[in-house]
Amino acid sequence: MGAYHHSYNLSETFDFSGKVKTLSIIGVIVGIIAVAYGFFTGHTERTFLNLLLMSYYFTCVCSAGVFFCAIQFVAQAGWSASLLRVPQAFGRVLPIASIILIIVVASGLFTHNLYHWNTPEGSEEFSASKAIYLSPIFFLVRIVLFLAAYSIFAGILTKASVNEDLHGGLNSYKKSIKFSAIFLVIFGFTTPIWAFDTIMSLEAEWFSTMFGWYNFAAMWVSGLAAITITAILLKKAGYLSWINENHFHNLGQFVFGFSIFWTYIWFAQFLLIYYANIPEETVYFYKRLEGFYMPLFWLNLIINFLSPVLILMSRDAKRKTNMLLVVCIILLCGHWLDYYMMIMPGTLGEEAGFGIIELGTIIGFVGLFTFSVLTAVSKVPLAPKNHPFLEESLNHQI
Amino acid sequence: MSDIKYILGLFEDPDEMLHGIDKLQENNIGIYDVYTPMPIHGIENKLGVKRSRLDIVAFICGITGTFTGFGMIYYMMAVDWPMNIGGKPNFAIPDFIPITFELTVLFCAFGMVSAFFFRTHLFPGRAPRVMELRASADRFVIAIDAKKGFDSQKIDELLKEAGAIEIKHNDRKYVSYE
Repeated sequence: MGAYHHSYNLSETFDFSGKVKTLSIIGVIVGIIAVAYGFFTGHTERTFLNLLLMSYYFTCVCSAGVFFCAIQFVAQAGWSASLLRVPQAFGRVLPIASIILIIVVASGLFTHNLYHWNTPEGSEEFSASKAIYLSPIFFLVRIVLFLAAYSIFAGILTKASVNEDLHGGLNSYKKSIKFSAIFLVIFGFTTPIWAFDTIMSLEAEWFSTMFGWYNFAAMWVSGLAAITITAILLKKAGYLSWINENHFHNLGQFVFGFSIFWTYIWFAQFLLIYYANIPEETVYFYKRLEGFYMPLFWLNLIINFLSPVLILMSRDAKRKTNMLLVVCIILLCGHWLDYYMMIMPGTLGEEAGFGIIELGTIIGFVGLFTFSVLTAVSKVPLAPKNHPFLEESLNHQI
Repeated sequence: MSDIKYILGLFEDPDEMLHGIDKLQENNIGIYDVYTPMPIHGIENKLGVKRSRLDIVAFICGITGTFTGFGMIYYMMAVDWPMNIGGKPNFAIPDFIPITFELTVLFCAFGMVSAFFFRTHLFPGRAPRVMELRASADRFVIAIDAKKGFDSQKIDELLKEAGAIEIKHNDRKYVSYE
């Protein structure tokens, strides 16, 4: 209709300095101290498991950012154009996150602190056919290959967006659509394998074909929650003035919908194992429904299913930034617990707990995430000013 | 003049129609409704249209489905004909969830469709009642209730001024397709 006018400063950039920068660096230092404490007090395995948990979580959230960009391009979505720089920043951080994850996985594997299938007594627990798949070299090659592929696609999408800012035109957009489509196919087929390798093979004698999608759902929900939190906090800090409750409504719908998707997958996995009642499968839930883990098992469902459903159900709740912020923070904590429940019961068992090591690694990785993502955000203007759907996004209304 | 029931202003352009709405509202003339061939953003707020209550209907129907589904399968599996399935208790809640979920969705969907048909008088086989046929093709229509005692001369002037290409004085509320 052409009758809308706006006065946004679309070339504004984020200035990363001051208290947030100091706090995030302190967070990283706290993390390093906690990890060192863990190693020197003899909790080597527990420290490794926590490092694995947090670096996997970190990598998942970053790759969910790339996934978000990719689906927006493939769907040719207009509403998200003006906030694409936030998930793009996640994509820029993905190589760093991948390297940390690979280092943790490789060092854990070769020092026999992670992945007990790599020890002589561990490999007897499963059949010979699995031994080919779970050989250390093949295992590492797979992880490196997948994460490298995701990082390369993240790089291509970011670079196309920067070129678009410089030269304008539709070439970058068309290129982004093409590479997004290829990325989605690769991502869709490899994330389940990535989850089977990194998390499921901690208990190599057990397996579930739902596990890959279960991890994908957790990754996608936590990624969306992280994108929403970053956008809300940037807006609260006085940036992204063009983002309003309509955009948050859409993000809220995403978070709400995919929380239910996560529950659906979680329950599908649980119900099939419960119903079939095959001992080698039920052992997984037997560990999680006994003793220390029993309350956490139910808490996981309450946090990740009931809280978004009850709080975010109404339209008004999705449009109130504070409400959305609270739910997203709850969900990020909830998915930490979700990963904790995937990793700890099968490895540490009753020796697991929540102490300095857990808290320290969480603080460390949150600091690292804040520092690296905000550095990435500050490198380019906050709006892709030549994005063909930018005008639609600025006038977005639902 | 007294047998005129509704005054319709037909516009070609949505912006002109929005302008017409502003003009009428400035002069405190109540608008009965607005008909457009496509959704126009922000028009509900402008006209003060209340939010749809379809979500409340959906919730009530859904919760009815939940209790019906759960109650039904509880009666079947635990009361009327208990069977030993894989050694599990007769009242095995995880097994009941898929059926409960399906009935929730089913009741919710049927309830919403019926409520929608009921409220819009749009059930199958009924000739739809519309005020202006071209409102579904290429005209943006403002309808004003002429029985409310507004000055029809003034309404005509305002609509013309805003760019209405045709003004109709209808003595019947609806035209039908026949």
